[in-house]
Amino acid sequence: MPGAIAQGLIWGIMAIGVYITYKVLDLADLTVDGTMATGGAVCVMLMLNGTNVWVALLCAIFAGMLAGLVTGLFHTAMGIPPILSGILTQLSLYSINLAIMDFKANQGISVTKYNLIVSQRNVRSLSISNPIFTTLIILIIVIAALYWFFGTEIGCSLRATGANEAMSRAQGINTNIAKILGLMISNGIVALSSALLAHYQGFVDVNMGRGAIVIGLAAVIISDVLFGKIFRNFALKLTAVAIGAVIYYIVIQIVLWLGLNTNLLKLLSALIVAVFLAIPFWKEKLAIANAGKGGKGNA
Amino acid sequence: MLDLKNIRKTFNPNTVNEKIALNGIDLHLDDGDFVTVIGGNGAGKSTMLNAIAGVWPVDSGSIVIDGTNITNLPEHKRAALLGRVFQDPMTGTAATMQIEENLALAARRGQKRTLRIGITNKERSEYREKLATLGLGLEDRMTAKVGLLSGGQRQALTLLMATLKKPKLLMLDEHTAALDPHTAAKVLALSEQIVTENKIMTLMVTHNMRDAIRYGNRLIMMNEGKVILDIAGEEKKNLTIEILMEAFAKVSGEAFANDRILLT
Repeated sequence: MPGAIAQGLIWGIMAIGVYITYKVLDLADLTVDGTMATGGAVCVMLMLNGTNVWVALLCAIFAGMLAGLVTGLFHTAMGIPPILSGILTQLSLYSINLAIMDFKANQGISVTKYNLIVSQRNVRSLSISNPIFTTLIILIIVIAALYWFFGTEIGCSLRATGANEAMSRAQGINTNIAKILGLMISNGIVALSSALLAHYQGFVDVNMGRGAIVIGLAAVIISDVLFGKIFRNFALKLTAVAIGAVIYYIVIQIVLWLGLNTNLLKLLSALIVAVFLAIPFWKEKLAIANAGKGGKGNA
Repeated sequence: MLDLKNIRKTFNPNTVNEKIALNGIDLHLDDGDFVTVIGGNGAGKSTMLNAIAGVWPVDSGSIVIDGTNITNLPEHKRAALLGRVFQDPMTGTAATMQIEENLALAARRGQKRTLRIGITNKERSEYREKLATLGLGLEDRMTAKVGLLSGGQRQALTLLMATLKKPKLLMLDEHTAALDPHTAAKVLALSEQIVTENKIMTLMVTHNMRDAIRYGNRLIMMNEGKVILDIAGEEKKNLTIEILMEAFAKVSGEAFANDRILLT
């Protein structure tokens, strides 16, 4: 169970990145499936080559932002629909990630030899080296930074772009810049999460981001369902997303204990997300149907 | 001052859906002019406003406001000079943001947006006063999401946002068409008050002839992408619906057969 919590918190950071594009900017960005391996690849390879851990982490974030920039340019400068832009970047990132990793599918990094920020090995220890503790601190920093940013003039222009593009342009906001910036921030955060995940599991794998968008969406949706009505404050909403990711991993853990074949996990995740995405749609249909009945009854 | 010279715009050129929307518009507005714009469906009224706003590029012609040629500027850059209120109350505001946040966005129109805080306490008290002038009680709901407001409240707010930083040109695009008659009258009165108090150069598109005659110092009528009538001064003051209809028949050679206009 501590493992599920630690993993959930790391993926919670990733889910916050997804929240920024999916909820704030109203764009479904599939770049993250690629970025979720890029961050780890950059961080691990730099560290294997002797770079300081924090410098490596910053470089990982920067690489993620670069990926977001590419998707943003595909969309705004080349007019490609956002979903397709993300898919294109994601696909190209597969090759890029392999190139970063010296064309190997995975690269290990040992906690005994390298100064890793978080490690699975310490997940049951009661010291500050426990990854749950470290990840929590990073999570708080990320949430605080985002809370500040989205309260600034530029941050507000990003939120406005996601809420109403026509209005934003009428108020003098360059919506293309806003979208690019949002995609960069989102992918930077995802890359940070990726680097932490690589540290946690002690290796980076070219496939570790596959389906990341679904896990991110699952966390966002779980938080929406459970806390959507209670949490109004932006920082609390981001916290709820992280909690959503933890809940997701705990549920997965329980399902695995119950004996589900690990290979079926992605199918299960996809189905859960599909159902939860459908709920608001079904609710509305039901409401319309009921209103129709009510109208007849009154007439 | 606004100068439109020979503005042309054709949608879907060289296809079966080709539509000449603006067929060489020439229009000059002086500072302080409050011009009402009428015309049937597809006459090019909204298209003209969109051309000025820069929603898409025009095919030819030039748009100059106060000596600045904005013909080739992107929409968000022109916004510094323009205030807009749209027909659909949903279009002018960000529904998921607070009332005060929407105003803060509008207050920064034409300014470089930085990493300074998006809304200051000083602004908040300013907005409270301005909202109070609307007489809708919005000053007590500053942190409410705009999506909770009624159509009329949203249009009044959009109007305030459009004029919060005095624009060179205010464009009202049938901004009361989606409201009930009572609310529409209120928003119109408010529009006139704001326009005359601040002496804002204004283009107001309306489908209501009575409103077009009643408001503003000048009236233009559009048909098939052109300005076909331009009435100002004393002549505008003595205008009636009958005179307008006759004038239309004379200019266009056909009866003004538009139910929407005849009925209202």
